[in-house]
Amino acid sequence: MERNQMRRQLALMRQSFFDQGFLDEQFIQLEELQDDANPNFVEEVVTLYYRDSSRLILNIDQALERNPLDFNKLDNYMHQFKGSSTSIGAKKVKAECTQFREYCKAGNSEGCMRTFQQLKKEYAILKRKLEAYFQQARQAGPLETACRSRN
Amino acid sequence: MNQSNCKGSMSTASSSTNWKANDVVPDQFPAGLRVLVVDDDPTCLVILEKMLRTCLYEVTKCNRAEVALSMLRENKNGFDIVISDVHMPDMDGFKLLEHIGLEMDLPVIMMSADDGKQVVMKGVTHGACDYLIKPVRIEALKNIWQHVVRKKKNEWKDLEQSGSVEEGDRQQKLSEDVDYSSSANEGNWKNSKKRKDEEEETEDRDDTSTLKKPRVVWSVELHQQFVAAVNQLGIDKAVPKKILELMNVPGLTRENVASHLQKYRLYLRRLSGVSQHQGMNNSFMGPQDATFGAMSSLNGLDLQTLSVTGQLPAQSLATLQAAGLGRSTTKSGIPMPLVDQRNLFSFENPKLRFGEGQQQQMSSNKPMNLLHGIPTTMEPKQLASLHQSAQSIGSMNMQVNTHGGQGSSLLMQMAQPQSRGQILNESTSSHVPRLPSSIGQPIMTNGIAGGVIGRNGIGDNSRGTGYNQVPPSSSMLSFPMNHTTELAGNSFPLGSTPGISNVTSKGSFQEEGNSEMKGSAGFMQSYDIFNDLHQHQHKSHDWELQNVGLHFDASQNANPIQGNLDVSPSVLVHQGYSSSQRSGQNRNASAVGRAMFSGVECVEQGNMQNFSPHLNNLLVDNSVRVKAETIPDANCQATLFTEHFGQDDLMSALLKQQQGGIGTAETDFDLDGYSMDNIPV
Repeated sequence: MERNQMRRQLALMRQSFFDQGFLDEQFIQLEELQDDANPNFVEEVVTLYYRDSSRLILNIDQALERNPLDFNKLDNYMHQFKGSSTSIGAKKVKAECTQFREYCKAGNSEGCMRTFQQLKKEYAILKRKLEAYFQQARQAGPLETACRSRN
Repeated sequence: MNQSNCKGSMSTASSSTNWKANDVVPDQFPAGLRVLVVDDDPTCLVILEKMLRTCLYEVTKCNRAEVALSMLRENKNGFDIVISDVHMPDMDGFKLLEHIGLEMDLPVIMMSADDGKQVVMKGVTHGACDYLIKPVRIEALKNIWQHVVRKKKNEWKDLEQSGSVEEGDRQQKLSEDVDYSSSANEGNWKNSKKRKDEEEETEDRDDTSTLKKPRVVWSVELHQQFVAAVNQLGIDKAVPKKILELMNVPGLTRENVASHLQKYRLYLRRLSGVSQHQGMNNSFMGPQDATFGAMSSLNGLDLQTLSVTGQLPAQSLATLQAAGLGRSTTKSGIPMPLVDQRNLFSFENPKLRFGEGQQQQMSSNKPMNLLHGIPTTMEPKQLASLHQSAQSIGSMNMQVNTHGGQGSSLLMQMAQPQSRGQILNESTSSHVPRLPSSIGQPIMTNGIAGGVIGRNGIGDNSRGTGYNQVPPSSSMLSFPMNHTTELAGNSFPLGSTPGISNVTSKGSFQEEGNSEMKGSAGFMQSYDIFNDLHQHQHKSHDWELQNVGLHFDASQNANPIQGNLDVSPSVLVHQGYSSSQRSGQNRNASAVGRAMFSGVECVEQGNMQNFSPHLNNLLVDNSVRVKAETIPDANCQATLFTEHFGQDDLMSALLKQQQGGIGTAETDFDLDGYSMDNIPV
């Protein structure tokens, strides 16, 4: 019972991610890769993403402190960051990345900095949500967390 | 099969390693396909690995390009396909792609979050067999096995057909025309006069066809040996045969080297692509110049030939010639000396003498055929660029030939350009000098090159046009190669083309035309090409690839004439040409000539037979595969470059003349031996 309820909650939580635009279709691809051999695949990947991207965030922060801004370098960093974010389906984060790159191309320092702050916010929000989600999924039991069928 | 690189899952499917395209594909296929995935982003890497595992492939992941390369080198046959990201910190993905293509010849798929057209195009030009946009979906990965099969199938098919080609797939990618050339060429080649070459070729062919050569994996050491050999020979003169001898690796065949050389040249071309504007003055330039020269000469010759053959109305021919000749009094002095050495031109009518009277001796010839093949893609503008009459003629031919229009079309073309003809515009003049360098000799090759060039040259614009025709031109090319004492005469055409316009001698020209016709035909083609190139300078890269392949084929098939000139010279020319164009240096001609020559050289050495298949390859990367059968001896090379002071010089001189009108051709290059006046044209 409790378990079912937990699973129901979990499903709702998950659905809200999509509805609110935090995650996109790519996340479902990850879920589909999860199987008995890798029951926690999605969580592992997301954890890896956050670990690796925090390094990038740090680099970008440092680069943004320079004066004048090296837009090329910033764009490079952001390209990498965007690639990672895209691969886990972090939709809002990805949108901020795109915006940031636009400002880089335009040489808009102010825009870059503003966008990056926004990006970090979205990044943090998503991280919190996903952490809660995975925690609940673990509690709910080893059953599949995704609503879709595995294959 | 060894599962050494398998990360963890040992898939049972092991068939991927050794099956051949024509073998029965194992039931489990594509399961077990050995994939190496390279990406600096750990998240993507993990996801890709999981996806590939889900597809039942054997996956090895790697986050650094250098590590990936060493893995590939250590385990030569350990992987079937490589997937690599474009943006990586330690090495550019495209560079990795090139390395893999050169050393291991595996299919490589590029991936990136970047979906811009330029980037995707870059993948194409660097030889990636596919390009995936991130985020990559598993569906996209499910079908990657097709690239492996396709590549093997192409290779196998080549082996079957030519017995020597290893890069069948490359050929196919290159051009639609490639196919016909390989088979057709083979037949034609046999007829060519280069008996010696033929024999050589035959031997090679037998070797290759009798054994299904396993793919040669170019290890670092082997590649280094190869590069050392190439450098020792000089990039211009690096022909597969010599490279093979220098490398002295047992079990390595000339074909292996030839195909590798193609790739290597492609790679070098790419490298210098950036600096092309500076002009690749090295060998690449050479060829172009040579071609140019050839083209010019062709023009003159063509006219003759055409007229002789009756295709070109005598009047038009006369007109053209007059136009060309009239232009500059400077004689093309070219290459007469060159000719001697080469004898290349002598084929049917040794009359190349420039100064001689005009008789059209159109001897018998085969040369006429050359014209046919010539892809007439010459465009008027191209014409103009080349040099007046020469150019025009060339263009005429070229255009006519577009589809192998036989002489008549050529003639037509020729007639038309007339007006243009006197073109020799300055603009092209600059190029012309380039040609001369190699042109002198290459004239022969020019023919070929011309053909090739024509094809390729068709230039940005007409890339396509050139393609088909070449065959006749090829024959032309060959003729110079052989034996002609007349070389002098012959070479002249090449060099003289630019000069031809200058040379009023027309008489000689005509004669030359006969024998040269062949060559000229080729030239014309190339001529056009150059024009094209010239005009489209930026294209060199692209079109080279495209054209190269095409032309070769064309020439091969068609020429009955000794034609062994193989396209390669033209190919070289192209390359050289484009580069030269860019750089606008006249001197390049010499380089070009040389390059061309090397192409020619290759041809010589090459077996005639191999020529055709190789042409295809050539197409791919301008490698000199062209077996210039026509030049039976390597002296061609030597003579071309060394002896004559350089057709480039002549050419440039001629060009100059043209540009400046009849004056003496001071041209940047110094015509050592040739005085412009001597050009019989």
